This record gives sequence, structure tokens and C-alpha cells, in this order.
Amino acid sequence: MDVFLQQLINGLTLGSIYGLIAIGYTMVFGIIGMVNFAHGDVFMVSAFIGLIAFLLLTTVLGITSIFLVLAIVLVVAMIFTGLTSWAIERVAYRPLRGSFRLAPMISAIGMSILLSNFVQVAQGPRNKPLPPMLPDVIVLMDNNGYQVTLAYKQMFIMILTAVLLGGFWFLVQKTPLGRAQRACEQDRKMAALLGVDVDRTISLTFIIGAMLAAVAGVMYLMYYGVVNFNDGFVPGVKAFTAAVLGGIGSLPGAVLGGLLIGLIETFWSAYFSIEYKDVAAFSILAITLVFMPQGLLGRPEVEKV
Amino acid sequence: MSSPLAGDGAARPSPFAAALKDAVVSGVITFLLFLPLVGFRATESGSGPLTLTYRFGLCATFAILVAVLRLVLHLTIWRPGRQKAARGTPSPLAAVGGFISPMAKPAFFALALFYPLIAIVVTGGLTPSRYWIDLGIYIGSYVMLGWGLNIVVGLAGLLDLGYVAFYAVGAYAFALLSTSVPINDWMAGHLGENFWALWSFWVCLPVCGILAAMWGVILGFPVLRLRGDYLAIVTLAFGEIIRLVLINWTDFTNGGAGIASIPPISFFGIPFTAADDGFAARFGLTFDPMHRIIFLYFVIVALSLLTALATLRLRRMPVGRAWEALREDEIACRSLGINTTLTKLTAFATGAMFGGFAGAFFAVRVRFVSPESFTFIESAMILAIVVLGGMGSQMGVAAAAVFMIGGMEMLRNLSFLKSDWLLGPDFDPTLYRMLIFGFAMVAVMVWRPRGLVSGRLATIFLKERKKVSGDLVKEGHG
Repeated sequence: MDVFLQQLINGLTLGSIYGLIAIGYTMVFGIIGMVNFAHGDVFMVSAFIGLIAFLLLTTVLGITSIFLVLAIVLVVAMIFTGLTSWAIERVAYRPLRGSFRLAPMISAIGMSILLSNFVQVAQGPRNKPLPPMLPDVIVLMDNNGYQVTLAYKQMFIMILTAVLLGGFWFLVQKTPLGRAQRACEQDRKMAALLGVDVDRTISLTFIIGAMLAAVAGVMYLMYYGVVNFNDGFVPGVKAFTAAVLGGIGSLPGAVLGGLLIGLIETFWSAYFSIEYKDVAAFSILAITLVFMPQGLLGRPEVEKV
Repeated sequence: MSSPLAGDGAARPSPFAAALKDAVVSGVITFLLFLPLVGFRATESGSGPLTLTYRFGLCATFAILVAVLRLVLHLTIWRPGRQKAARGTPSPLAAVGGFISPMAKPAFFALALFYPLIAIVVTGGLTPSRYWIDLGIYIGSYVMLGWGLNIVVGLAGLLDLGYVAFYAVGAYAFALLSTSVPINDWMAGHLGENFWALWSFWVCLPVCGILAAMWGVILGFPVLRLRGDYLAIVTLAFGEIIRLVLINWTDFTNGGAGIASIPPISFFGIPFTAADDGFAARFGLTFDPMHRIIFLYFVIVALSLLTALATLRLRRMPVGRAWEALREDEIACRSLGINTTLTKLTAFATGAMFGGFAGAFFAVRVRFVSPESFTFIESAMILAIVVLGGMGSQMGVAAAAVFMIGGMEMLRNLSFLKSDWLLGPDFDPTLYRMLIFGFAMVAVMVWRPRGLVSGRLATIFLKERKKVSGDLVKEGHG
């Protein structure tokens, strides 16, 4: 029971991070029908931007309040990651819209390789460690020495995710931008005919997806305290798995899928073998696609001739 | 932002002013993009905390470069008054292609055949030509892998991001079979002491191909109902699963340490040794370790040709035609009664088999296998070769392999950039290989989304065979 509870907390924390990345995949797929392969690397870039901002604030400007620092780091990472994602869409994907099916995907794979190697060249290949942030924990249960703890940073991650998702839901459901986005998702041509600026909507989709990934990146940096140029690939594939599991194109599905993948991964590591935790996540991807291609909350795909 | 050069006020801004404005804006954006990760660098200082170093100058240099480049492009190529070539008119490139293409195949074939001789003559001896022949073998393996994947991606239109899994299956199959003690003992007991050591590659080669094809069927069967990009991701997941299993199943694969001391290749049973029954002595040559390398080169050329010929023949058979039909329109295929699952599965298995052959060759060439060699980047590289070459075009794929692998290898040799007046002695060109590779992938896609050779040669034709332009080819879901 105690182990279960502890893993539940860890899994939900990890799942929040995956869920935030998964939203970026699912939104882009919903609107232009493309797997944005570089999204995992955008997440990694955001963690690096967060790292730089953190160092700048603490060592150069000497701000000591951790919450102020985190707030500024989050905003800075969101702005610069959004800009990066906008530029990527503009340079690598927009010219290929309307081209044949595989072209944007290949371009995205190239972009993914470009981003991770760009970070390697610009920041060096070694792990970048940070001093631990928010190290305090709340002890929830003490069972003969096995303490079930909830760290402040885990709480911070879960609460921030919930708040962001609330804001994001409001954005998609209640604002003109969200309406335009949903219209483009249903029928791009018709939306354009009715006066929706499709290019602008797609750009904004990329920016919003990247901003959520940036929050996930800063959380990742804060939670693990270390980041490497290689860290985009595996979380990226896992977040994509989450998006597929929840039903690609469905926003609540992405969050649900993210939480499930986080839980499955932590429970697998705790009860089975930690070496095969990635194998478990990748197998879920394959199993979902084979037996339930529409995912948990997605609509079944109907092909029109 | 108003430019001081836009003198005519209310009238339309002059093209130059617009270009200048665009250049300044893109320069500013580039500066902002590069600011966080190029402008600052988190540097490790021993074991202590990270410190920041600043490189704003470098950041500004990039911004100015981009701005100047865009300005020049606006004033030359992107000039608004310039007539855009009408769609459908043949580009000058196509005319050059039409002139060259009848000669390309024989020339390429001859070059492939005489390459070791040329290398030896130019470098002046067997030993100095080693680097060049090794490079030839290296490129040859990628030509073969590209042609193998071309069956899956180019002919059947199935995007496979996990091709390296079959390469790994082939390599590990050969490594495990040839080094396993029980098999060695059994072979020695039944077929003579030396048989297995000398013939292992030739015996294992078909086995590796069959095993890889079998894995192609196992992995392909459940997932081939999926749409293109889903299929891509699932194959990627399979590739990663196989790699992770190779790393973690230490009892079977020796984990990350890999398998070493794989027996070398033999000339159909004659070893490449200095002994009396060795290759050199039997053929009256003086012993040189280069004989083995040159033989390896011809083996990979032969294997590549086998792949190419098999593809050519298959394209003329019903199954090959079904592949190509499937690539163009899956729904039409199904309506015409083609069993799409079986058709996809044969393509997947055939491609996997050639991947397995290439894997066995890799194992016998390097004589060491480890999971490090079978990462996703390898899959992406092979896929990039196929797509950049123009999917379905054999010559295009071969040319792309030569340019990409050769070009990346040449980047290693850019030591002149290290001179003091260029980029300084700290500059390491090898670090930039993958960066340039990724950039090239994006650039080629944006420039020519259908690859270098984008036209299609019809397999069935009436009276006269015509090239189909890439613009006219539309791919359905597959």
C-alpha cells in the first residue's frame, strides 16, 4: 500500500509532464495531420532555455526567492520556446503544406536531428546539473520506516499543470482563437473560406503547443535537476504514445494518456524491472495502435473516398 | 517599422525598402532565436556549479549573416518582378537529367567495379589505399541498405522508421551463430574442424536474411493496417524495443559490451592468412591484409547488385506491380481485389531480408557488434537516403548514398578550417556532421520534396515508355 501510494504520486508527477508535451503533438496532428517529430526536441530546447535563465537569474542577478526565479524562468522559457517553434513551422513545415504526405514528416525528423545537435554544439555534450530546488517534502505516511512523501516540487508540478490545463481549456473552448482552431481542425478549406486566417491559426497552434512543452521542460529540469542534449527523444516518443493512447486529436485524451503513461512507467519500474520501462512504454504504443487505433477518447477515423 | 529609404510616402513602398525591412526583421528574429542557447553557455567549472559565459558577438554575427543573405536573395532570386516559371514546364535540371540518365547506370556500374583499382593507382599502393577502399565499403553498405529500404518505402509506400531493427537482427544473428560454442562444437564434430571457421559467413548469410524476414513478418503483421504516419511511429517503437532488448538481455547478447571476435570473411573457404593454404599462397601473391578488404568491397558490391536486380525483377512481377499500385492508392487497390495486408507484408519481409543481409555483412566487416550501432539515427539516415534520392528511383538512392555518406565522411577532413585565420584550432569539424546532416534533410525537403530524382518510370506502358513527372504523381493513403 505504501509503495503503491508513493508510486502513484511519482507517476502522476511524471504523467503531468508527459501530458503537457502530448498536448503539443495532439494539437498539431489535429490541425494539420502531421506528426511533429521535432516536438520532443523543442521540449529539450525549452529545458535548456530554462537552465540558462535560471543561471542568469541566480548567479548573475542574484535573486534568492525561489518562487520568483521559477516564475520568471517559466515565462522566459515559454516566450523563447514559442518563438523557436514558430520559426520551425515557418521554415520547415509551411513550405511543405499541401506537398505529399511524407514530406513534412521527413522534414520534422531532420529538424529533430538539427535541434539536438545544435544544442550539443552550442552547449556541449555533457550533462548540465543544477542544485536541487524545493528540496522539502511532506511525509504523508510512515510505515515502519518506509516514508511516503510528497515533495513540494511534485505538488508544484501537479498544481501548475492543473492550472495551465484549466487556462488552456478556456482558451480552446471560449476564445475566438480557440474557435478558429477548432474550425481549422474540422475543415481547413471551409474555415479559410469563412474568413479564418488559417496560416496564423496554425502558427499559433505551434506556439501554444511549444509553450506548454516549455512548462514541461522547466518542470523536468526542476524535477530531475539535470538536462542533456539527448533528453528530447525518449520523452518525445513517450508523449506521443500518450497522445495516441488518449486518442490523437483529442485534448483531454492527451492529458489522460500522459497521466496513464506516467503511471504505467513508474509502476512498471517499481514492480517489474527498471531496465525495461521504456520497452513497456513503446509496447503500449504498438498495442494501442493495433487494437484501438482511435485511442481512449478519440473519434474513429473514417476515410472518405 | 518604416525604412528611411522608402521615400515615396503614401505610395507603395519600393521593393528595396520592403526587402530591407524583411532583412532587418529576419535578422532580429534570428538574434532572438540564437540568444538563449548561443548567446549564453552554461559551462562546467570542474565539479562546481555551472557558470555562464557570454557569446553575444557570435549571436550577432549569425543575425547579420541571415539578414544579409535574405537581402541578397530578395534583390536577386525572390525579386517580385521576376517571372515565375510556369508549373509543368520542364526545368533545366530535368533537361540535364535526360541527357545524363542513359549514361548514368553504366558509368556508375563501371565506377563501382573499378573503384578499388582506381583507388590503388591514385594512392600508389595497396596499403595507402586502405582508407579509400574502407570508405567504398562503407558507402556500399548504405547503398545496399538504401535499396533494401527502397522496396518498403519507395515501392510499397510504407514509411518504415525502424529499418535498423532488421539490420540489427542480421548482424546479431551472424554474430551469435558464428561465436556460439555449441554450434561451433556441433559443426566441428559433424563437418570437420575447420569448416565452420572458414565457411561461417557464407552459411549464415541466408540464415540471417531469413531470420530478418521472419522478424519483418512478426513485426509487420499486426501493424500494417495502420495509416502512414502511425506505421512510421510504430516501426520506430519496434526499432527502439529491439535495441533496448539487445542492451538489457545480457545473458543472450552480452548487453552493451557487444559481441567481439567474430570470425573474418573467407574467400569461399580459403582464409585470408599468410599461411600456406591461405588466399595469397594459393593464388601466388605476396600476402597483404588488404586482400581481405578488397574482397569485402566486392562482396558488398555483389550484395548491392543482388538487391537491385531482385528489385528490378520484382517490379515486373504481379507482387511488385501490386506494391506500386498500393503506394499510389490503397483504396483503389482494395477495390480491385488486391490483398493489401499480404502485399504489404511481402514488401516488409523482402525489405527486411535485404536489411538482414546487410547486417550480416556489417558484422563480418567490423567483426564486432554492439547495440550502439543500431540507433534511431541510423534508421533516419537510411530513410533520408531513400527519400532524398527520390523514392523508388534506384539511381537516385545510390547517388544520395554516395553524396550523403561520402559528404559526411569528407566533413571529417575539413582540418584546413582549423587554421588560425579561419575558425581557430579549437574548431572540431566532426561535431558539426550531424548538425549539417539535419539541416540538409530539412533543406532538401523544402527545396525538392520529392527527392533528387522525382520522376517515375512507368512499369507498364503502351508503345513508348514515358517518364512521369513527380508533380503528377499523387500518393494515396498507405
